[in-house]
Amino acid sequence: MSSISKPIPAITPDLREFFDGAQAGRLMVQKCAGCGMLRFPAYELCSKCNSTKSSWVPVSGRGEVFSFNIMHQVYHPGFATEVPYAVVVVELEEGCKFVSNLIGVKPHEIKCGMPVEVTFEKLSDEVSIPKFRLRS
Amino acid sequence: MDLRAKCAIAGLGQTRMGKNFDHPGPAGFAAEAVNLALDDAGLERSDLDGLLVNPGITWFNNPMASYSLQQAMGLRNLRLTATMNLGGATAAAMIMHASQSIAAGMADCVACVFADAPLRPPSPGKSKGEGSAAAYGFAQGLNAHYGLFGVNAQYAFVAKRHMYRYGTTSDHLGAIAVAERAWANSNPDAQFFDTPMSLADYHASRWVVEPFHLYDCCLVSNGGLAVIVTSAERAKNLKRPPVYILGMAQGHPGGDPMETLVSGAPIAKDTAFKMAGVTLNDVDFCEIYDCYTFTVLVTLEDYGFCKKGEGGPFVASGAIGPGGSIPVNTGGGQLSSFYMWGMTPVSEAIVQIRGDGGRRQVPKHEVGLVSGNGGILATHSTLVLGSHP
Repeated sequence: MSSISKPIPAITPDLREFFDGAQAGRLMVQKCAGCGMLRFPAYELCSKCNSTKSSWVPVSGRGEVFSFNIMHQVYHPGFATEVPYAVVVVELEEGCKFVSNLIGVKPHEIKCGMPVEVTFEKLSDEVSIPKFRLRS
Repeated sequence: MDLRAKCAIAGLGQTRMGKNFDHPGPAGFAAEAVNLALDDAGLERSDLDGLLVNPGITWFNNPMASYSLQQAMGLRNLRLTATMNLGGATAAAMIMHASQSIAAGMADCVACVFADAPLRPPSPGKSKGEGSAAAYGFAQGLNAHYGLFGVNAQYAFVAKRHMYRYGTTSDHLGAIAVAERAWANSNPDAQFFDTPMSLADYHASRWVVEPFHLYDCCLVSNGGLAVIVTSAERAKNLKRPPVYILGMAQGHPGGDPMETLVSGAPIAKDTAFKMAGVTLNDVDFCEIYDCYTFTVLVTLEDYGFCKKGEGGPFVASGAIGPGGSIPVNTGGGQLSSFYMWGMTPVSEAIVQIRGDGGRRQVPKHEVGLVSGNGGILATHSTLVLGSHP
């Protein structure tokens, strides 16, 4: 284990329900109150209908690897012992995309189109975050 | 209003590029570049009545950079100024804004400048200076926890998706890096002038973020680059041959670049080509924005040099290197010469159209196509430049 941990995201007011959901084992995304489109990351405006009203809703957490990269440079000391590591873009069954990590698969074995599902990693007493694993 | 050849680029000013610590910050590089461009044109500072500035990443915190530079350089009685930012599409966009203003009688002689100083020399207590990762490796919130840092990583997602969807390979990306290096080896001002590179060398270079090797990524540099835009009539009487602005347009596709896999070139192309009165067949050479090899591949597809998705085989055919059917990034580009955002392609087009290219001079240089690109395929600008009105 590295001595310096990875950055732990701050629970900002606009992400409160996202982190509450993660603590309870649910992947939450924003749902536009105007047209119903799902979106993540959180934003104050819907790009489809421009409504500023939205709520947080749970999604299945199932999807596919849409794209990925393999990071070789260390931008933060918390990753010094992790490189090379992969970052994946998951396209959820409900349609929106989510950037995350895929655990249990070596970076060079990741392929676009792989079926995945969400799992949660506890970072502290307050913060759990969504990661993904292979779905059979 | 027909803007074809109404205006011309009359001056080009370029500081030393790369690990250049001649000035403590970007304003010094900007002023040096503007003064070099005025000298090149045979003009004085007092001739300027317009100043457009594209601040690089190290003066983003100055929302009125053009005013700061005006004051720093002692420029008086300007009639046009703006601090503009469309990322790497800004250089050509500044030239468009200058041209429109000049054609409308609102300005006569406009300097357009980009400058940046993201590289830092070694300082006491540090073994080496700061490089591009410090300037471009930002991340926040969840992305920082997942390890998604910087612009390279975002472009890598898009490139990987293009590979998945169209069968583009690492060899294809490498062909672009190798072609640009071959051009750089004939350009004494290029940072990689003395360093040839084979496809095997490319594959042996370290990974930055897969699918990008080191040599897929641009050479983040300190420096400044300026051009002087004036009316075609006035340009004819100045020191250097005019580089006529034949056509210009922008295109900003919006949406998710991982889904679309296109630049804004398809939006801009028809407008710019129609204005210039040219087709793709009339283009003698291209200077294509190349923050990454991948950006060149996509932009060539989008201009129609090959079908969408066939950029890989097209560049691997040898088409874009020295002796190829369409010379691309003839000075070595941002990958092998220097990265000054959109000013890199603009400057090399001026060199080629004037016939100043020396060993790298392309034989036909009447019409040059220039692209700019900002964000993750977010903004785009096209210029068609020519040696004749």
